[in-house]
Amino acid sequence: MATLAVAGIVCLPILTVVWSLTRPAWAVWAHLWRTQLPELLLNTAALVVAVGLGVLVLGTTLAWLVATCEFPGRRVFEWALALPLALPAYVIGFVFLGLFEYAGPVQTALRGWFGPQAGLPDLRSGWGVALMMTLVYYPYVYTLGRAALAEQAPEFLESARSLGRSRMAILFGVTLPLARPALAAGTVLACMEALADFGTVATFSFRTLTEAIYRVWHGMFDRAAATQLAALLLGVAGGLLALERLSRGRARFTHARRPARPPLRLHLRGVRALGATLLCTGTLGLAFGLPVGQLALWAIQAVGRDRVPDGFGRALGQSLALGGGAALVVTAVALLLAYALRRQPTPLVVAATRLAGLGYALPGAVIAVGVLHPLSWLDRMLAAGLELLTGVVPGLILTGSVAGLLFAYLVRFLAVGSQSVEATLARIPRSLDEAARSLGARGWRTLRMIHLPLARRGLLAALTLVFVDVMKELPATLLLRPFGLETLAVVIWRRTAESLWVEAAVPALALVLVGLGPVALAMRATGAGRPSP
Amino acid sequence: MSLLRLEGVTKRFATGAPPAVDGLSLTVVPGEVLALLGPSGCGKTTTLRLVAGFEAPDAGVIEIAGAPVSGPGLAVPPEARGVGVVFQDYALFPHLSVEANVAFGLAHLARVPRGRRVQEVLELVGLVGFERRYPHELSGGQQQRVALARVLAPAPSLILLDEPFSNLDADLRAEMREEIGKILRASRTTAVFVTHDQQEAFALADRVGVLNAGRLEQVAPPYELYHRPGSRFVAEFVGAADFLRSMVTEDGIVSELGTLARPPELAPGQAVDIMIRPDDIDFIPHPEGDVVVVGRQFHGDEHLYRLRLTSGARVHAVQPSTTLYPVGTRVRVVANLLHVVAFPLVEDG
Repeated sequence: MATLAVAGIVCLPILTVVWSLTRPAWAVWAHLWRTQLPELLLNTAALVVAVGLGVLVLGTTLAWLVATCEFPGRRVFEWALALPLALPAYVIGFVFLGLFEYAGPVQTALRGWFGPQAGLPDLRSGWGVALMMTLVYYPYVYTLGRAALAEQAPEFLESARSLGRSRMAILFGVTLPLARPALAAGTVLACMEALADFGTVATFSFRTLTEAIYRVWHGMFDRAAATQLAALLLGVAGGLLALERLSRGRARFTHARRPARPPLRLHLRGVRALGATLLCTGTLGLAFGLPVGQLALWAIQAVGRDRVPDGFGRALGQSLALGGGAALVVTAVALLLAYALRRQPTPLVVAATRLAGLGYALPGAVIAVGVLHPLSWLDRMLAAGLELLTGVVPGLILTGSVAGLLFAYLVRFLAVGSQSVEATLARIPRSLDEAARSLGARGWRTLRMIHLPLARRGLLAALTLVFVDVMKELPATLLLRPFGLETLAVVIWRRTAESLWVEAAVPALALVLVGLGPVALAMRATGAGRPSP
Repeated sequence: MSLLRLEGVTKRFATGAPPAVDGLSLTVVPGEVLALLGPSGCGKTTTLRLVAGFEAPDAGVIEIAGAPVSGPGLAVPPEARGVGVVFQDYALFPHLSVEANVAFGLAHLARVPRGRRVQEVLELVGLVGFERRYPHELSGGQQQRVALARVLAPAPSLILLDEPFSNLDADLRAEMREEIGKILRASRTTAVFVTHDQQEAFALADRVGVLNAGRLEQVAPPYELYHRPGSRFVAEFVGAADFLRSMVTEDGIVSELGTLARPPELAPGQAVDIMIRPDDIDFIPHPEGDVVVVGRQFHGDEHLYRLRLTSGARVHAVQPSTTLYPVGTRVRVVANLLHVVAFPLVEDG
């Protein structure tokens, strides 16, 4: 019962946005259509498609090279290629803007060498945004694809070869089709991130749905239009999610078991080996080395010239506190739901927990809109009640409070926590529960004595992942934060909005360092960096 | 008085599917060890889980020590039934030491009596000195003893064992079978265990219940089950059996292997199948014999021969491993049936 209530509350914002679709505000739509909707839709679609193609090609190539070939540096690249995951897209975005803008070091140097006409195409374009996102989101395809390729039984390859197929025919006829579900899942994940991204498109002044929700709400205080846009974005995200479920539903078959013996790697030599090494080095350099190096350089400058933002210490503290608090709340709720699912997997509980996990597919902007409506309704109720009791008219209690923000984080990141918690609980045999019960232990004692100690690792992973995701979160934080609350992400966003790259560097570097935690976790989970011949 | 009573217990996992347990009635008396024997999917493990309270029956009543625990509108939870369960995978808590595992069911005791009880049961299962070990540091047989000790510690009125020996090597299995039988009898525990292995059931149980497709075919002591099977299914499942078409007459049952004594309940004029066990048949080579050896399997300790009778019917017979008759040998057959088991023919249509 408590489970259903919790799941219901978490679903509330999503339902709010869906509900708004049933009462379309035609005037708002007409206005939107005249002013910006065509551009927003086109831009959003183009961005998602471009990022999808980019990460699919780059991620698959790298995964195939690292998983099935041997070339200099392969063992290092195996884990290093996942590093860009630690960078929020808006961080790599502003670093590139700072590097490649007209007054930036690269263009200045080019003009110095080749004269005043020399220059680069403007990075503040759809292509620029797509490039940034491809660089930070290809690791989704890479990590999932690498794991899938590494788990492929060598027998497939060997039988195909013994049947007389060429290596190329095998690659496109056997190897990649077998890894297809993983590659598709990674691509869809990257597309969802691209759809949800707010910071990068805003910094690059590229108009998309997510960015418009913020602009319409924050700039024009037009909540009706923001809600309608959120509903539209929800529809797109829903479509992507359906795609992801479809591809993941099949992924189970390929992730069955680790092969008994390692695959025979294709030894690249000469030009090919050089090409492979260069491709990996180049990707890693562009997506990680260059931005982190530049951030470090700027951070040193900032410290030297005393241009670390005033609020940095406070923002760091608030980010850590908010991340920690949200991680605890999310993990606790995830555990409650996962435990209910384990003990009584009735269809209703299953449906409720699945629905509650949908928040992860929703852009933060949609969640912010969805959270705000129920919160302000609750505030009105509270205010009316308090007025009746005390005669005093209170202000907003929940809206714009830390509690409201934590609620938004819960909705947004519950799936992140649930995935770790459910996976770790699933590894505990059910007979342990039954043994504990038949020995007289009730639910709580079983949870405390058996499940919590055995699920410790998974719970820690859930805490870490949620913690970092919350620290990086931007749109929902911007829209819902209480007055005066600044997280690192907010500080970075405000500085980059004014092109103060150097000032944004210190908080950005702090975020990147924190972001390395989950990357390490993910790589350990997919078995990269393990000794393999 | 019965310690466990099941009356018309039925369990269906999906509507429309055949029931996993179908109208099962069964009684276990205190101190008895009962085996539930049957092929996989016959409902024996489900029966065990129904008794333990992990599943709720759709119909029927379950009573433990005279008190109903499952029935219409009644479902006593597993933790309140006082029934110990030894799981197929032992379900030892991997993060707890042997001592803590065994003490898990003793939460109601104070520290000192709890420690004393843990020592008692560890002594009973012969694991004194292993208190501080963790489950993964133990052999399969030791793990099983811990599982048993953990279940015995709270002194339950009834313990249930689910395929207790299936995770052990063949030679260890025989040893543990004997060991556990000793422990169960020493602690005077009433036990129900589930197995698909007839030897296991015979070695350990006072009575064996044979289950088929959710129904109880027969409950009887091993000797009776083997020699007086109540149904064709039991005859075939418990040991090997051939059936020979025969006719009941006033003088006895006339079969290809001779005329046998007629059990009084069979009326003359009836056609029956009589059960022939491989050890019921002896044969010697004879150049004018009507029966021909058509197959031979070497089992190490014996030979199993397949014989073709004059009518074309096939029966099996065992011979010592040293006697070797090639396929095609003509033989003469003698049947030494201690009891005649005959099943009336089921009319088609």
